[in-house]
Formats: sequence, C-alpha cells, structure tokens
Amino acid sequence: MHLKNHKGLILLLFLLVIPLKIDSNYLYSTLVVIAIYSIVVQGLGILMGYAGQVSFGHAAFFGLGGYTAAILTTRFNWPTLIALLAAAILPGILAAIIGRQTLKLRELYLALATLGFGILVHIIFNEGGELTGGPSGMSGIPNLTIGTISFDNDQKFYLLVWFMLLLILIGIYNLVHSRTGRALCSIRESEYAAENAGVDCARLKLQAFTFSALLAGLAGGLYAFYVSFISPSPFSFHTSVQFVLMVVIGGLGTFWGPLLGAVVVVSLNELLREIVPLLIPGAGGEYQIIIYGIILVGLMIFQPKGLSSIGRYFRLPLKKELKPEG
Amino acid sequence: MGEQLLQLLLTGLTLGSIYSIIALTLVTTFNVTGILNLAQGEFVVIGALIAVSLQGTGMPMAAVFLVSVILVGILGGLLERLTINKARGASSLGMLIITIGLSISLRGLALLIWGTDTYSLPAFSQGGSIMIGGAALNPQSIWIFALVAVTLAGLYGFFEHTFWGKAVKASVYNQTGARLQGINLNTISLLAFVSAGGLGAAAGVSIGPITMVTYDMGFMLGVKGFVAAAIGGLSNVGGAVIGGILLGILESFSSGLISSGLKDAISIIILLGVLLIRPEGIIGAIRERKI
Repeated sequence: MHLKNHKGLILLLFLLVIPLKIDSNYLYSTLVVIAIYSIVVQGLGILMGYAGQVSFGHAAFFGLGGYTAAILTTRFNWPTLIALLAAAILPGILAAIIGRQTLKLRELYLALATLGFGILVHIIFNEGGELTGGPSGMSGIPNLTIGTISFDNDQKFYLLVWFMLLLILIGIYNLVHSRTGRALCSIRESEYAAENAGVDCARLKLQAFTFSALLAGLAGGLYAFYVSFISPSPFSFHTSVQFVLMVVIGGLGTFWGPLLGAVVVVSLNELLREIVPLLIPGAGGEYQIIIYGIILVGLMIFQPKGLSSIGRYFRLPLKKELKPEG
Repeated sequence: MGEQLLQLLLTGLTLGSIYSIIALTLVTTFNVTGILNLAQGEFVVIGALIAVSLQGTGMPMAAVFLVSVILVGILGGLLERLTINKARGASSLGMLIITIGLSISLRGLALLIWGTDTYSLPAFSQGGSIMIGGAALNPQSIWIFALVAVTLAGLYGFFEHTFWGKAVKASVYNQTGARLQGINLNTISLLAFVSAGGLGAAAGVSIGPITMVTYDMGFMLGVKGFVAAAIGGLSNVGGAVIGGILLGILESFSSGLISSGLKDAISIIILLGVLLIRPEGIIGAIRERKI
C-alpha cells in the first residue's frame, strides 16, 4: 500500500474542497445525492464487476436501510447513530439469508429473481400500513447526530457522506488488491475454473452480496437522515435500474467506474431537467424520460464497456483494471 | 359460494390468457435471439393506446385492431434495426439494459402523446354477459380465448409448415449450423421483434375493453409475462401458455378471496418460488420441444 497508488484518491480529496469555496446549497445537495448513490454503487460494483453477479433489486436494500433508520428513530426513539448502524446491518443480514439460494441462479434468472425481490419489497413498503406509513410515507426523521455534532445543514452532510465514501473507496481498493479480490475476479471469469483452483464460489458470492447490501443499507440510512422524509417511491424498480446503470456506465470491474457512473447518471438527470426545457419550449418531464432512455441505449451500443474505457483516448488512468501483482 | 368461485375462475382465465400471450412473445423472442425483452409490456400498452386514438376517429373495431397490430409490429421491427441489431455482440446484461432503455423511452413517448389519462376501449362485439352456472362471462373474454388459440395455431403453423418457421427453429437448435446453411440470423431477429410488437399490440387491444388503459401499466404487464414464462421454464412455448393461465387464476382467486392490494405480490412470490425451487420451470413434466 504505497502513496503512489493513491494519486487518484488524493486528487479527489482536493476536488472536494472546491464546493466549500462555492458554497451553494444546490451544489451541496447534488453532491450529497451523488455520494449516497455512489456508496450503493460501490457495493454493487463489487458484486457485478468483480463477482460477476447482477442484481436488479438493490433499491430494495437501499429502501430497507432508509426505512430501518426512519422507523427506529421516529417510532422507537433510538439514537440516530445506532439507527444508522442498524440500517446497514439489517439489509446485510437479509441478504445473507436470501443470498444462499438466490445466488445459485445464473445470469438472466438471477436478474429476474432480484427484480422480483425488489418489486416485492416495494409492495411491502406501500402496503405496510402503520409501520411504514403506506404510500404517503413517514416524515419527521431527526438529524443525524454523531457525538456532539448534529448534521443539520447541507454543508455538514456533504462533508460527512464524502468522508464515508472516501473511507469506502480506500477499503475497496484494498479489497480488490487482496487475495479475496482476485478470487472474486476468478468467479467472474469462470466459476468452474475458480472452483477447481480451490475458490469457495458460493461463500464468496454470498459475502459480496451481503457486503453490497450492507453498503446499500448504509446509503439508505444516510438518505433518510438527509431528506428527513421517506416514502416508497424513491425505492422502486426504476432506482434499481439506475444503480445497475451507474455500474455499467462507469465500467464493470474498474476502480473508478462506480463513482464515475454515479456522477454521470446524476448529472445527466440534472442536466436534462435544466436543458430540455430550453431546447424544446414548454417541454415537460416526458422529453426528459425519452432522452434518458435513448442515451442509455446509445451508450450500450457505442460504449458497452462503460465510460472508464473512454479514458484511454485521453491517456487518463480511469480504467484501472485488476491485474495480478508480482 | 360456488358461483363466486366460478366467477373468479372465469376472470382468472381471461387475465391468464393475456399473460399467456405476453409470455408467448417473450419466450419466442428469447428462444430466437437470446434476449429477454423488458420492453414487451410497453408494446402491449402502446398497441392499446394507438387503438384508443384510432377508435376515436370512428374506425370500425376490426380495422382498429389490424392497424394497431401492424403499426406496433413496424415499431418493434424499427427498434430492432435501430438498437438490437446495432449491438450484436453485446453481453446479455448489455442487451437487457438496452431493452430497459427502450421501455423507458417508450413509456416517456406514451406519456407525451397520451398523457396520464385512463382510457377504455369498446368491446369487440355488442351484447350482454353470457351466464354459465350463475357466473357471468364477458363476451370479450371469448375473443381473448380465441386470440390465444389463433396465436398458438399461427405459431404452430409457422414453425411446422413454413420455410421461415423451419429456419427459425434451425437457428434455435444450432446457430452456427443454421448460418452455414445460409439462414440469415439478422432477418430472423427482425422477424422476432416484429411479431413481438404485433402480438403485444393484439394483447393490448383485446384487454383494453376489460381493464382500463394507462401509459404506465406496461411494466407490470411485462413482469407478469415473465412470471408466466418462468413458470414454464423461460424457453418452453407450451409452458408459457399454461404458466400464464395458472398465474391469472391464482391472481384472481387471491385477490377475490384474500386481498386485492396483494395481487401483485402474489405473482412475485410465485416467480421467486419457481426460480428458487425449480429454475427449469414447474411444467418440466409436460415439456414440449423447444421452439
């Protein structure tokens, strides 16, 4: 673990100072959303890019984290920090339970099963009655308090989530450059070969799945504390698709891919919201949806390996693939 | 009580027939191209919505049905040429994402043209319900049953008695071998999407008179189609039909006897159950030849 391996991370650290100078609430809130999604996508990136298992149900873990934090703080008056921990742990436990059977499925079957799981959890949020507040959700989630610091404004929250994301990035850097990371890659390349080389595929896939659910739950908890209101709609299938998109658009199995994907997808949504009404006067959200779909299809056709591979045109070290180290 | 059960059975059969058609198109496309088309539900909705607009111009219902089927068939072919065909060699995940992108765009398009209103279509034939043992059967249901029968007969005739049908079957059995025999897989993929569009529209126009039509109902219809197809094992035509009808009946009974709010949850639970316990489909025993 040398400093030179962290050039990117150090650069990121410097970039993160810029918004503090601009000090705009819109910028902070966009960046908080990017960081929260990034945390989900970091875990999903390990699952999809390294272990090679797809999930179209991560909005469910994200939502479970959010609802756990919301219910524990508003209904049971738990301290916020402990509720945040529970928000990460509960989806992790759930993933460990359902993962064993689910991860036996391959490719499209796994995609269908996780898609079904996501829809099911979304229905539970909607039909949860008193506990979840049904379709209208629940409000009045208190501010996150760690020690004596209360994260009550956008700037503080911005610093908190990006600090967490940085820690996660360092953790993931170490993970993918470890024996476990190489074993995960071997599963992606060929499960049979990996088994033959002595890799316990079932166990590792389950660990990757659980890890990704933990991160999704943590992000969900952060989301709940940030917006202080929760309802089923942000946790629908559409959100699961967005997470998968962020991973794929960023580039599967690349270190910077998930973060890049989250930045691109969130900025794209924001840009379309701003630009489309300028180009087509009187245009509503419909155009935004149509163009979003078209861009998605176009990216898959022309840049199927994700945007990280664009970096090579500019000699940027974005595509940092895992290579065996001598 | 007996009458109520019979009523639920008839409702379930009607609903199930629609799921069957959607499942049929999914399975056929999947067999032929290896693509799980998540935009299939949107074909159904767009077919129904086009029919709503055509019907507003005073066209007879038979013409409305035909024109809508043809238009959505063309749309399906167009989308295949513009996207799927351009992305040959993409991974199955990449293809899945392309169809998701298509479904997002199509839903946006439907919202743009038809808005968030709820529409209904007139029934194909006039006349009141037919009473069977105290339960009412909507005449539209008979049309839907007929559509399933015609579709199955059509598929059978196509695959068994036409040159192109045999070419498609050959390419399912052995892609390389088929290509070596001079069968153009590009054309076959186009054919699959044209028929998926046309059949989807047929299902949409037929179900319009029974359920209301809104721009955003396609996703759930598509998911129901997947559940039906998964019950049959994802690549089994006969299984898809039976899976669809089973799903319709189960949904009808569970929403009639337990709770209608959990109707969608039931089908998802069935999906997960089938996938986890028997991913090859629960209708393995009556497995037909794959087409």
